[in-house]
Amino acid sequence: MGQGPYAAYRIPFTDFNMHDTGVHSSEIHEQGNKVMADAHLAEAYRSSTLRLFTHRLQAISEVPGFERLRDRARAIKCEVIEHLDYYLEQFADNVERRGVKVHWATTAEEACAVVRQIAEQAGAREVVKAKSMVGEEIELNQALEAAGIRPVESDLGEFIIQLAGERPAHIVAPAIHMTRRDVSELFVKHIHSERTEVPERLTAIARRTLREMFAKAGMGLSGANFLVAETGTVVLVENEGNIRFSTTAPRVHVTLVGIEKLIPRFADLGVFLRLLGRSGTGQKLTSYTSLLTGPRHAGEDGPEEMHVVLVDNGRIKTLADPKMREVLYCIRCGACLNTCPVYRKIGGHAYGWVYSGPIGALITPQFVGLQQARELPFASSLCGACREVCPVRINIPDLLLHLRSEAQEEVPLPRPKGSPVRERTSMRLWAWVMNRPRVYALGSRLARWGQWIIARKGWIRRIPFYPASRWTDRRDLPALAPQAFRTLWKELHDGDE
Amino acid sequence: MAKPRVALFITCLGDQFFPQVGECVVRILRRVGVEVTFNPAQTCCGQPAFNTGYRDEARAVASRVLDLFDDADYVIAPSGSCTSMVRVFYPELFAGDAKRLQKHAALRERFFEFSEFLVNVMKVEDVGAKFPHRVTYQDSCHLLRELGVEEEPRKLLRQVRGINLVEMQDYRLCCGFGGTFSVKYPEVSVAMGDDKLRAARESGAEYLVANDSGCLMHLAGLIHRQGLPLKTLHLAEVLASQ
Repeated sequence: MGQGPYAAYRIPFTDFNMHDTGVHSSEIHEQGNKVMADAHLAEAYRSSTLRLFTHRLQAISEVPGFERLRDRARAIKCEVIEHLDYYLEQFADNVERRGVKVHWATTAEEACAVVRQIAEQAGAREVVKAKSMVGEEIELNQALEAAGIRPVESDLGEFIIQLAGERPAHIVAPAIHMTRRDVSELFVKHIHSERTEVPERLTAIARRTLREMFAKAGMGLSGANFLVAETGTVVLVENEGNIRFSTTAPRVHVTLVGIEKLIPRFADLGVFLRLLGRSGTGQKLTSYTSLLTGPRHAGEDGPEEMHVVLVDNGRIKTLADPKMREVLYCIRCGACLNTCPVYRKIGGHAYGWVYSGPIGALITPQFVGLQQARELPFASSLCGACREVCPVRINIPDLLLHLRSEAQEEVPLPRPKGSPVRERTSMRLWAWVMNRPRVYALGSRLARWGQWIIARKGWIRRIPFYPASRWTDRRDLPALAPQAFRTLWKELHDGDE
Repeated sequence: MAKPRVALFITCLGDQFFPQVGECVVRILRRVGVEVTFNPAQTCCGQPAFNTGYRDEARAVASRVLDLFDDADYVIAPSGSCTSMVRVFYPELFAGDAKRLQKHAALRERFFEFSEFLVNVMKVEDVGAKFPHRVTYQDSCHLLRELGVEEEPRKLLRQVRGINLVEMQDYRLCCGFGGTFSVKYPEVSVAMGDDKLRAARESGAEYLVANDSGCLMHLAGLIHRQGLPLKTLHLAEVLASQ
């Protein structure tokens, strides 16, 4: 037990059990509805996304030529992804020359095994982790725990959700769904801290608790924001200093990174650094930008050993798809989440895996397969707000449409509840009618005549069968107008002559 | 000089649910001096199927649209969404089909949404309308982001006699309709619609004006169910008021 706000609280090992593993994207409706029904949670998402969205707008308004910067970033990413083999080899050669050990991992299991072996060889009982979405993706914490190695998250947001046994609710702000009160309760419950809702005090508690871990951990693990092929540099941006600490204090440092994070030249970094902070959090630059170029030399600070684990885990498959390849341009700024009206409503966990929001609806089906993530591409009104903010201009709505057609081809929808026929059957019937204007006109006349059963004063309150029932559960439906336009036209036309 | 011949693409929702919008469009178009035609062989642009991922069905319906308007100088739709479907999404739908793509290229440059046609092609902003009410305009997403039409409807509205045009909070935010999204994710769709209606009411507007039948159906349906003191109108209905 600590004494006062600055005492070190102990982190309990036993509480570190992720409750949330695997893919649950098929539950997006239920999980999303839960968030909307929970006023506290709904407000946390609303206010936090709005804040990040507003900060971004302010930040980009100060940059002349911001749109050109986006064009440039897109062109660079396109170049990298189209020649990924070349840049990967260049990066690997350069980083090895700097004394870094490079590992290649095709699957999540391979990646976990590589990290575990490095930790075991280093004799690390504790691994201090900086924020890594790839780590979440491969469920590294579970793999380490299974091997008796204790992973400790040092990013404040990640630390919070680790205590809660949750997955990140947002790509950049993992605990975006939690208020200071939620955090306070977690701290009291899990690390027996004093009860406070003052953000500075909460931060101080986490800082004090984690500081001990930086000194103690035998290994530090980070992700990477960019890998510079030309120089073999690992680039990391952050605000808390925990990444700098995790990558320099422990004797061994491991960078766990997806192969799409490459940029060709050191000069390109300027383009991306100007975009990333502004797009993600509305900062000109994050508080820290670390450029790591290998283990320490004699008389310097830093780790004795440095490893880079280059992870595929579905990326090569995505690369092979000429249409979906574009999702590999993503620099994980989270701007599309903050602007997305659907994400704002249903939150990050509803997407059922690691990545959420519009980009999550694209990435998840690539990495875990459409079979498990069929619902995600449909979780969008296709409003295009995401494309408007994407720093690398990923055409998200277009790709969602593409995935929708793949979903209908590859993972046919079972007959919806309350529907006499499958969706495809009704679409075929619809197309058949729409291709026959006389049938269409006759059908609409019959429907006009028949709707007296359900229509009152021009409105329909309830249609008992799918999919119209989904409309009338919460909205009224205007009745068909007394005459279709094509009927009215005859009079309009006569008046014209 | 002969009057330009303008074919009206009424859209399926317009035809069935909002024929009065079509009437208003015809009246305004005639007022600005064009000849209006209507080909009754038209039905739908194919978007419902395309939007839901049924591309074969969408293609079958969309193919017909390519052949309907050969004799018109322009084709006008009172919908940003259907215009986007024809102009922006058809090339993707017909990818690899050289004949249809060629046909599409000839149609695309003549196909306009109603407000952009008036402002950008006919160079008209004042259509002689009078509408002494407080009005807020809601951008429909396809019109705004696929076609980049943001100012044109506002230019037209500003010229209306007696109108008090106010912007609502987050007017660029989607209303939640989203085509089949409205029935696939009805809870989210409605929650987004409720936000939109709250913003519209906070603006003090009596009328929420939009340019797409889908958004209007969704929002009007919510208003009617909840008995809210707010009315919806299509842009053309305001511009036809005198």
